[in-house]
Amino acid sequence: MAATLKDATAIVGIGQTAFAKQLPQSEKELACRAILAALDDAGIDPSEVDAFSSYTMEETDEVEVAKAIGAGDVTFFSKIGYGGGGSCATVGHLAAAVATGQASVGVAWRSRKRGSGPRPWKNTAVQLPTPGQWTRPFGLLRPADEIGMLARRYMHEYGATRDHLFNVAMACRNRANENPAAMMYERPLTREMYMTSRMISDPLCLFDNCLETDGALACVIVSAERARDCRQKPVYVHSVAQGLPSQHHGMVNYWNDDPLSGPAWTAARHLWKQADFGPQDVDVAQIYDAFTPLIPLSLEGYGFCGRGEGAAFTEGGALEMGGRLPINTGGGGLSEAYVHGFNLINEGVKQLRGISTAQVPDAATCLVTAGEGVPTSAILLRA
Amino acid sequence: MQPTTKPATPPTPPTPSASADGLLLPVPDEDGAPFWEYTAQGELRVQGCAEPACGKLRFPPRPCCPHCRSFDSEWRLMSGRGRIWSYVQPHPPLLPAYAAQAPYNVILVELADAPHIRLAGNLVASADAPMNSVDPARLRIGARVQVVFTETGGMAVPRWILEKS
Ligand SMILES: [Zn+2]
Repeated sequence: MAATLKDATAIVGIGQTAFAKQLPQSEKELACRAILAALDDAGIDPSEVDAFSSYTMEETDEVEVAKAIGAGDVTFFSKIGYGGGGSCATVGHLAAAVATGQASVGVAWRSRKRGSGPRPWKNTAVQLPTPGQWTRPFGLLRPADEIGMLARRYMHEYGATRDHLFNVAMACRNRANENPAAMMYERPLTREMYMTSRMISDPLCLFDNCLETDGALACVIVSAERARDCRQKPVYVHSVAQGLPSQHHGMVNYWNDDPLSGPAWTAARHLWKQADFGPQDVDVAQIYDAFTPLIPLSLEGYGFCGRGEGAAFTEGGALEMGGRLPINTGGGGLSEAYVHGFNLINEGVKQLRGISTAQVPDAATCLVTAGEGVPTSAILLRA
Repeated sequence: MQPTTKPATPPTPPTPSASADGLLLPVPDEDGAPFWEYTAQGELRVQGCAEPACGKLRFPPRPCCPHCRSFDSEWRLMSGRGRIWSYVQPHPPLLPAYAAQAPYNVILVELADAPHIRLAGNLVASADAPMNSVDPARLRIGARVQVVFTETGGMAVPRWILEKS
């Protein structure tokens, strides 16, 4: 194979707005602020941006953003589907565009007002087609209900318990307690709070669900060559992958032969095949955590442990600082902010720059993943 | 060109009106319409490949067989028996009609006749009983269940009762 994306590009700028349940600014303004902050961080003038990538669910489109920030001629733009499954693919698409000369300065972003905005499953008037006709009438209304179904089966099959899910929620909350920008900065979690909290979709309780956040984030991608002259230490995009498994059915993967091996497994195979290192060499991971059960499922999918061993992996402080695999060091979607996983990308960059509020000493490699359960994506970053 | 085994007149999807209890009704798409036609007749049928060399069942319904790519399909009658593969109990915040019954159960039933075909539904005490009519203590993965049909809003929605042992 002649061409590879391996280390051909780097993330050289990151930016974010405040995170809160309610922010006064529009999504468009939040997007522009995050993008301009990322470009400033990189030391690159907005007029040099010629590539954009975001999510299909992003309300702020590249035409508006390019105009607002004063970009020049844009020669590459893309949008990734499937909500939180798209986060890492925005970086992947820009890496491919820059590495192949279609563009030189790429910006990926996500701006979202989920804290104060509407939820699609709250709408009584709209009934989605397939697979909605097979699930909605029976009261599988929210993503938590759909993932709860997989979680219950996972617990049944492998002896996973609510204590394992608590380990995930606790690791994220502990890191958020160290991160002044996190929504849960000054709000510790205890096992008692977790075990006595209200159920959302039994077996999932309140603390198994991500936050509801207003906020925006962005990052800037250039060639590895150009990155060496930028203001910040480059964080190289080492490997990228998307994952849409055979016979996949979206968040309700119930009709697959094996519903417990989701898109992570597909993305992981390509991700590791293209990489110079393996799961055992990952210093820190940012794993998509819209719901706590996605962590054990992802740990298995990305090869940190065997099938069915993800819950046991969380024992003994493995996900905490100094543990076997510190995760979601900014607090993740569960405790920093839920912006469809983009905060996980920026947190990965912070770790490899050595500036995280929960810094893993000498972190040189980081896995970042996008939403599991839906068509997904992942990137390996290295210093 | 393969001969088509589709009915000469494609089934008309039932037109859902509001259900009496305010619950959402299935809105069939073109591929799913026959399923709801059959439930209206009290039959649980699953789409299968009509190519004799293949014959595999598939769900949700779709135009083409993923195994042999045949566009010929037929709807096979199921026994209506299955086992609970998993379940959840949703609590509010929920749509009002669902919140009124919460916590209720949603079960996923693996069909006895068709491994890996799993239908979402509700475990109820009888066909017309509410979604919270079974004591949650009786929910158990592996429990044997039998389909029943609930008439609502001009449609027949499959629900499930525990099989008498
Ligand atoms: Zn076939």
